[in-house]
Amino acid sequence: MNARKITDFVMRSIFALAGLFTIFVLLGILALLISNGAKAFKHIPFSSFFTYSNWNPAAHGASSFGILQLLWSSLMVTVGALVLAIPLGIGTAAYLSEVASSRIRNIVKPIIEILAGIPSVAIGFIGIVLVGPAIADLFQLSHGFNALNGSILLAFMSLPTIISVSEDAMQAVPKSFREGSYALGANKWTTLIKVVLPASASGIIAACILGFGRAIGETMTVLMVTGNATAMPHSYFDPVRTLTATIAIELGEVPYDSPHYYALFVLGIILFLISLAVNFISEWLASKYRYKMN
Amino acid sequence: MTVQIAEPMVATYKEERVVTLPETKLEVKDLHLHFGEKHVLKGIDLKIPKNSIVALIGPSGCGKSTLLRSMNRMHDLNSTVKMSGEILLDGESILGRQADAVSVRRKVGMVFQRPNPFPKSIFNNVAYGLQVNGIARNGALRSAVTDALKDCYLWDELGDNLNRSALEMSGGQQQRLCIARTIAIRPDVILMDEPCSALDPISTAKIEELILKLKEKYTIIIVTHNMQQAMRVSDYTGFMYLGELVEFDRTEKIFRNPDQDLTRRYVEGTFG
Amino acid sequence: MGITRANKIKSFLGLRFLSLCTLIVLAFIFIVLFDIAWKGAGVLSWEFIFSIPRKGMTEGGIYPALAGTVLVTLITALFSIPVGVATAVYLNEYASDSVLTKALRASIRNLAGVPSIIYGLFGVALFVEGVGLGSSVISSGLTLGLMTLPYIITSTEEALRAVPHAYREGALALGATKWEAVQTTVLPSAVPGITTGAILGLSRAAGETAPILFTGVTFYLRFPPDSLNNEFMALPYHIYILSTQHHAIEQVRPLAYGTALVLVLLVVLLNVIAFFIRYRFNKLNSSR
Repeated sequence: MNARKITDFVMRSIFALAGLFTIFVLLGILALLISNGAKAFKHIPFSSFFTYSNWNPAAHGASSFGILQLLWSSLMVTVGALVLAIPLGIGTAAYLSEVASSRIRNIVKPIIEILAGIPSVAIGFIGIVLVGPAIADLFQLSHGFNALNGSILLAFMSLPTIISVSEDAMQAVPKSFREGSYALGANKWTTLIKVVLPASASGIIAACILGFGRAIGETMTVLMVTGNATAMPHSYFDPVRTLTATIAIELGEVPYDSPHYYALFVLGIILFLISLAVNFISEWLASKYRYKMN
Repeated sequence: MTVQIAEPMVATYKEERVVTLPETKLEVKDLHLHFGEKHVLKGIDLKIPKNSIVALIGPSGCGKSTLLRSMNRMHDLNSTVKMSGEILLDGESILGRQADAVSVRRKVGMVFQRPNPFPKSIFNNVAYGLQVNGIARNGALRSAVTDALKDCYLWDELGDNLNRSALEMSGGQQQRLCIARTIAIRPDVILMDEPCSALDPISTAKIEELILKLKEKYTIIIVTHNMQQAMRVSDYTGFMYLGELVEFDRTEKIFRNPDQDLTRRYVEGTFG
Repeated sequence: MGITRANKIKSFLGLRFLSLCTLIVLAFIFIVLFDIAWKGAGVLSWEFIFSIPRKGMTEGGIYPALAGTVLVTLITALFSIPVGVATAVYLNEYASDSVLTKALRASIRNLAGVPSIIYGLFGVALFVEGVGLGSSVISSGLTLGLMTLPYIITSTEEALRAVPHAYREGALALGATKWEAVQTTVLPSAVPGITTGAILGLSRAAGETAPILFTGVTFYLRFPPDSLNNEFMALPYHIYILSTQHHAIEQVRPLAYGTALVLVLLVVLLNVIAFFIRYRFNKLNSSR
């Protein structure tokens, strides 16, 4: 009996240690990011991050750390992606949830999961070899490295998230709601628009927000196809440089322990906060609709 | 036209034992239990006689399952539970930190409302308790499993193939399997939490027959919603209401001529 | 009658629109896969996979990159799977329902959504510079391990939660200790789900570039690394360089396609394995 009790205690401790370790790791990531970002403010005034629009830390003379342009570029590409992805995503989710037979669902859903599994590098590659030239041809441009390319690719990358969360939300709408609608003489489309979509609205919005988070945090794809020019973009046909791409490009060139190095952590913190906000809001929305359904 | 005075539905009684007071196997002393703020058991005092079958009856929510589960420390799994009072098995306390929950559960077994065999073979289900507690091995293990299955009237039905998954059995068989694995480790007390409520009448009858036979070796406490069942199988009955043990006495007294008015109203079916 | 007719038309068009959306999504997936498969297949050969690159990467194969990806994914697995599964077991089987537990779960969920470049940033700060492991395969492996950890924890927890509570109760009622109950009734049932989650998490790690960019990957090595402290090549990074920064981009385009195909095949293979494990497990469960 003693041996069993000892084993039980040892195993319990091992598991508790793992939990503790994970907490430690999570806190550590947060702490390191914040402390490194804070070091940037020793040399660079906090306000200068938000007043100047130019990000040019390596410029001789007046180096500027304005993130507004980067933030704008990230938002531009992301919003462009959502303009494409939201209708496509909700439409596909509605098709899978309300129209498709279970045979079709069982074939299509795994295929969409494959899209989720394709590495971002491969999608970026397709942007370079297929989407870019297509855009250049279509719009008579010299090359296809611009925000539009990035938006198209990001749209497809966030589609699996938007589709699966929206579809879950629609599936969670009780059958009785639909039956009530049909019993009153409505057809499938009307039922979808007037009953299912409103009932699953908060879940769908959560899905879109998660899609936003996915798109704005994407690095390799935008790095490969958006041109990475630091000038302010005037249209979707101009190249842009996102927050993520900036970190990816400059982290390799920057001397360790320099203000520039720490400034990159400020960018990292901003991205981290955005993803926190995305997570928090979508969780809150999802719990709101779970509560409504029960 | 003859007028028949309806006799209350009671089963035939067992012979009254010779007068020696039955030895107490399990005793509950002033047991209070809270689920967070809710006071669920309010000062329960109870003496369970050895080798008897005790039924706990009462309307939904009266605390009978809660009381049952405190007897094998299942409430340890719930962090919102606070208990005070005493539960003694053969005079030794089973609550509190001095008593080891794991050894308590070896001596006080439990059969649940829904049959819950493990997703393993029939043999491995019955052998589980023996293996985990290190009671028997190899040859002794095999014969212990066989004995348990025989005691539960399963051996003949199953034939030789004990390697089949337990999940392939019918509901009634699964419940008998759960009883078999419980008695395989030879507990002192067997707790049964509405063991037949998920089963059909024929399976129920088989299990009631089994319970009556098990009385020879074990002390059994059975929570039941079914008053007829309590009358059929139990020697003693405790009636609970809103967390209190209203009355506890020999079964025939509870159902024929209870002392408490509340008990009488319940057994007459005035309220459910 | 007019309203009914208008409704019918609306319904017809509306439902057609939904199918159209689905078709567009599927079309994109097929175009991507088809393009890579079509143009990459011509390059694929035994030599391509198993020989080293030559002549400034314009000829030869991708063996060091493949080996590097396998190696770094192995390190990721060795770190994230034990820690992740153990944490999930703790959360689901042992932890009480306290504020701390809820906070832990929320943090894990948040970290699962953090952009991969942030992990790269963290990896540089902690492993490369802070601990001093330098730009190496171990730094990248640990960085990827951290990134994969939340995913493994979440998928393992899901698998554990799917095991009926009745099994645990049954085991405990027979006098098993907590660990014995978990070991003999919970874990065996949860293993397929845990394995599936681990495979999918690792397949994600294998395809990631951002976390390894500055923690250890390099463009050209003649051989795979012989120690954990060396830099390494990796398939996703290879694709990236070949398609964006190589001096003879047009010439190496076919090699980029070939590498992309190998990477996609690797990921698809892992996904298919995970799918089959899930499928067989579900079949086993429902044949009762």
